Amino acid sequence: MQYEVVVGLEVHVQLLTKSKIFCGCANKFNPDNPNTQTCPVCLGLPGSLPVLNAEAFRLSCITAMALNCEIARFTKWDRKQYYYPDLPKGYQISQYDLPFSEHGWIEAQVEDGPVRKIRILRAHLEEDAGKNIHDESGRGGDSKVDLNRAGTPLLEIVSQPDIRSAAEAKACLEELHLLLTFLGVSDCNMQEGSLRCDANVNLHIQTESGDKVATPIVEIKNLNTFRGVEAAIEVEVKRQLEEFKKTGRKLGDPGVEKETRGWDAERNTTFAQRGKEEAADYRYFPDPDLVPVVVSEEQLTEWRTFVCESPSRRRRRFQEAGLSAYDAEVIVNQGREFADYYERVADAIGDAKQAANWATQDVLRTLNDKQQTIDDFALSSDVLAALLKRIVDGDITVKSGRELFAALIEEADDGQAAAASRIDELIEERGLKVVNDTGALDAAIDAALAESPQAVEDFRNGKQQAVGAVIGKVMKSLKGADPKQVRERIIEKLSG
Amino acid sequence: MSEQGINVQKVAKLARLQLTQDEAARYADQLGNVLKYVDMLGQVETSNVEPLAHPHEVTNVLRDDERKESLPRDAALSNAPKTDGKYFLVPPILDTDA
Ligand SMILES: [Zn+2]
Repeated sequence: MQYEVVVGLEVHVQLLTKSKIFCGCANKFNPDNPNTQTCPVCLGLPGSLPVLNAEAFRLSCITAMALNCEIARFTKWDRKQYYYPDLPKGYQISQYDLPFSEHGWIEAQVEDGPVRKIRILRAHLEEDAGKNIHDESGRGGDSKVDLNRAGTPLLEIVSQPDIRSAAEAKACLEELHLLLTFLGVSDCNMQEGSLRCDANVNLHIQTESGDKVATPIVEIKNLNTFRGVEAAIEVEVKRQLEEFKKTGRKLGDPGVEKETRGWDAERNTTFAQRGKEEAADYRYFPDPDLVPVVVSEEQLTEWRTFVCESPSRRRRRFQEAGLSAYDAEVIVNQGREFADYYERVADAIGDAKQAANWATQDVLRTLNDKQQTIDDFALSSDVLAALLKRIVDGDITVKSGRELFAALIEEADDGQAAAASRIDELIEERGLKVVNDTGALDAAIDAALAESPQAVEDFRNGKQQAVGAVIGKVMKSLKGADPKQVRERIIEKLSG
Repeated sequence: MSEQGINVQKVAKLARLQLTQDEAARYADQLGNVLKYVDMLGQVETSNVEPLAHPHEVTNVLRDDERKESLPRDAALSNAPKTDGKYFLVPPILDTDA
């Protein structure tokens, strides 16, 4: 049976504001002190009045712009009614028919596959609910409700069903995550629930009789890891295929409704959840407590200055500067600070490839070993650039560069901050300067030959490799010498 | 479904209300009258009127992103029917496996 996987994502992003979206309570993950960040507004007490946080709206607009969305010039707030203990007002303030942004796209790429555009249907702003903690003992004890999270500004990004595989869904979410961290609009901490994902999944099947049918759409809730998104969709695709073979049930059949399923990562399976109340049952209506927002041309212009270059554009630009697709991806995927660091070094030394080699190997390895981020790294981009400049200019060899790199880090560990001026001192102290002076080279070689009569004899008897010991001696006394040149000169002397 | 088109039982379910048959019939009548009254708006010629998003003309009431003091926990929990001093307590939620 031929089939195509069809997936759309709904991603919820908690925004990095100081206060909540409609009140002044702290917007802070604080599960150890439940119900200490609430007030009459976010508790939904009668007589309280919500007022929109300007920063939450600004961060939302910047994100939507980075997602290539159009920003609505007029947007309003609606009440979405449902009953759940974590929703104190009995409704969620959200946006229904006039969201603040629509019609964007993001790029996703699975390994070496093509870069595909995933369209964004809309992005709207709403308030997060509180958190329920269920009694896990099985004795049916009360559920606990913590409303610290209630009223956290939440950006909901809804994609079109343009995603064609589980791996592409993962790649799309990773790219979105990277973009959000580049923008700095969210801490994107998935463990703390700052970034949460639901996936709408179904299959378009070509039956043997040539008909095209679709399986019922299933929404998988609360996929809170990248791996979880991929695994849940893979499993759900198999389940829908089996189900279709068994029952033939398809989208549009009488009684077929959108189904909500949960994801059990431990058992690697999706499971049926309570049927979701139909959209009409949310009885959306405009919130009379909140007035509409009108966005001016000036605001759009100002906010646009906060939209940084997207990760995908940056990868492309790095490739145009001569990097491999692989290096460009490694550098950009480390995050904005790392990419900025690399770029400052590359610009300063005028050699993108050399800078990329060091960034992706020596720098990354050191960061991994020390469990550091680039912000904590001992060598500033200026210092690394000064070091690499000496290599590019031919003053020291790459090998000597590595020695200096390690020495600078070691000194920093001992409390001596790495400075560009220290590089010249170290080159001097360790005799690492490339020796272009043939007189000095010849003297060192002659001395080494004099100390190694056995090697000289072996070489004359036809043992080419005997010369290695002599090279070693020369390199020891003249660290900056080029080993290849040393070898050639020794052979020249012995053969002469 | 009453003749005015209200499914009282459905509305009651959405509002988490349990109605007796008598109550359902009475509310169907009353809500039907309300609807009939509101339906009078349908007689107004509105083809040249812009849809209204809000009864006020006011727009852009926003606040700066500043933290304010929150309520002490005791005060926050003080209206709740049941608490453990830290959390609001509610009857067990059977959502995930229902
Ligand atoms: Zn509050």
